[in-house]
Amino acid sequence: MIRAIAKRELRSLFASPLAWVILAVVTLILGWIFLLQVDLFLRIMPRLALYRHAAGVTALVVMPMFHSAIVILLLVIPLLTMRLVSDERRQKTLELLYAAPLGTVDLVGGKYLGILGFLLILLALIFLMPLSLELGTHLDWGLVASGLLGLFLVMAAFAAAGLYLSSLTEQPILAAISTFGLLLFLWIIAWAAKGHGPGSHILRYASLLNHFSAFARGDVQVSNIAYYLIFTLTFLILTGRRFDADHLEH
Amino acid sequence: MAENLIDARNLTRSFGGRPAVQDLDLTLDRGEILGFLGLNGAGKSTTLRMLAGTLAPSAGRISIAGIDLLSAPKPAKRKLGYLPEQPPLHPELTVSEYLRFCAEIHGVPRPRIRTAVRAVEEKTGLTQVERRLIRNLSRGYQQRVGIAQAILHEPEVLLLDEPTVGLDPAQIQDIRALIRSLGEAHSVIFSSHLLGEVQSLATRVVIIHEGRLAWSRPLVGPGSGIPTVAYRAGLRNPPPVEQLAVRTGAHGVTPLGAGWFRIEPPDGATDEFPRNFLDRAVRDGWAPFGLSAEEASLEAIFLSLTRGETPVPAEPAP
Repeated sequence: MIRAIAKRELRSLFASPLAWVILAVVTLILGWIFLLQVDLFLRIMPRLALYRHAAGVTALVVMPMFHSAIVILLLVIPLLTMRLVSDERRQKTLELLYAAPLGTVDLVGGKYLGILGFLLILLALIFLMPLSLELGTHLDWGLVASGLLGLFLVMAAFAAAGLYLSSLTEQPILAAISTFGLLLFLWIIAWAAKGHGPGSHILRYASLLNHFSAFARGDVQVSNIAYYLIFTLTFLILTGRRFDADHLEH
Repeated sequence: MAENLIDARNLTRSFGGRPAVQDLDLTLDRGEILGFLGLNGAGKSTTLRMLAGTLAPSAGRISIAGIDLLSAPKPAKRKLGYLPEQPPLHPELTVSEYLRFCAEIHGVPRPRIRTAVRAVEEKTGLTQVERRLIRNLSRGYQQRVGIAQAILHEPEVLLLDEPTVGLDPAQIQDIRALIRSLGEAHSVIFSSHLLGEVQSLATRVVIIHEGRLAWSRPLVGPGSGIPTVAYRAGLRNPPPVEQLAVRTGAHGVTPLGAGWFRIEPPDGATDEFPRNFLDRAVRDGWAPFGLSAEEASLEAIFLSLTRGETPVPAEPAP
């Protein structure tokens, strides 16, 4: 059941030009950033040779690109998730799912895995760029894997928040704006925590960005993985509750 | 053999404190086509949504083929096919893609999906358009896709919410013929605000007004039909009009000319009344030459109900 819903979601995404345009735009912009990083690396490479423990190509090209990727995802994922539920609500197709012998887990899981499937395709495209460096040099695969894991967890968290906000409204554009607003806010929340004032560690902990930075350094910690998983799960549970509440509409 | 496929008791649903459906009892027997009649806003869609399990009732219980819908929704919903007022179509899919998806979420076993989709396309006349995007189909074909979706998993009960609304006359004829043929294999509840439609399709009619059950009566079979409001008797040799009423126990008699009289039976009259009337006419030498029953039309019943009058109208139908 979950598979059927996820498959349908993915099909509908690719049936609209939006998905293709997003794949194209993200690839184009990240490709440009990637080239700039490679260019920069080539220019500073002679000087790097002077240091014993200089950062390698993975840290200087791939990780900055992953950082940029997250900023782009911040803009793009709300556009991908905005229609997940709101469109069905508007077209009254949710009734089809509600009348079918499905549980809430099927509904939320199907919707979420559908969008996650698309994001995995996007992740694969992003991954192809650093992979091309392997032709001329050697990558630090441990660091790449850590960065990819971080990137994936960020995507998963963004998508879950987007799914929930999409389930609240009939208007995709509202879902997109509120998702973008929420994610951006959680992104910059740590800016307020410059010093060591009371509560600043809470702000720093809440920030979506801080947890990714560790992955980009190759520092895979269970606490950071847990942060993203809890974030994702929270929004999925909220989405489920929203679906359940539809039966009780007032 | 009567068997309750749907048994709903004391269904109640309110929206924002305003009751939409109140204390509604509804049953559907195997093989019935039940016409669910009511004005717009009478609570038809709300009732059907509750029966389909997409809206939880505020009070009451629903059992589908003996399974409680509220405590065991999954097995109960497997027995149901539901076409909402607005067909739940994904316009960006082709007809067969959409139907395959519907088969999957309704738990049709994987190896049977292909044949199930093909069979239902044939039954609903969609084979020609199976590769077209739903977006590009006419309203009539879209409605067929909606019905196909509802019968795909061969449910025992079909709930169709206003299946012919918004269609042109030719499409309406098509969909009605389709519903009639579906009635052979499924038990059907369809809602409508069109009397003719209910009269031509349904084996039983339920009228709902302001959220309450107002009238329920079979239209075919024994004990069926619409109550007789009056008889027309032709008498070649009638007595005076006052005498006619007194001697037959009629509630009222109106001469119609040319020997015809309109005889209103007294309240609570049975089939005995016309027989006794004829006996009397023969015995007293009135020389009867004709007797026919005048039925209230569904329209008259409907209108009197929805105006809050008594179920049997005082005025004869034209």
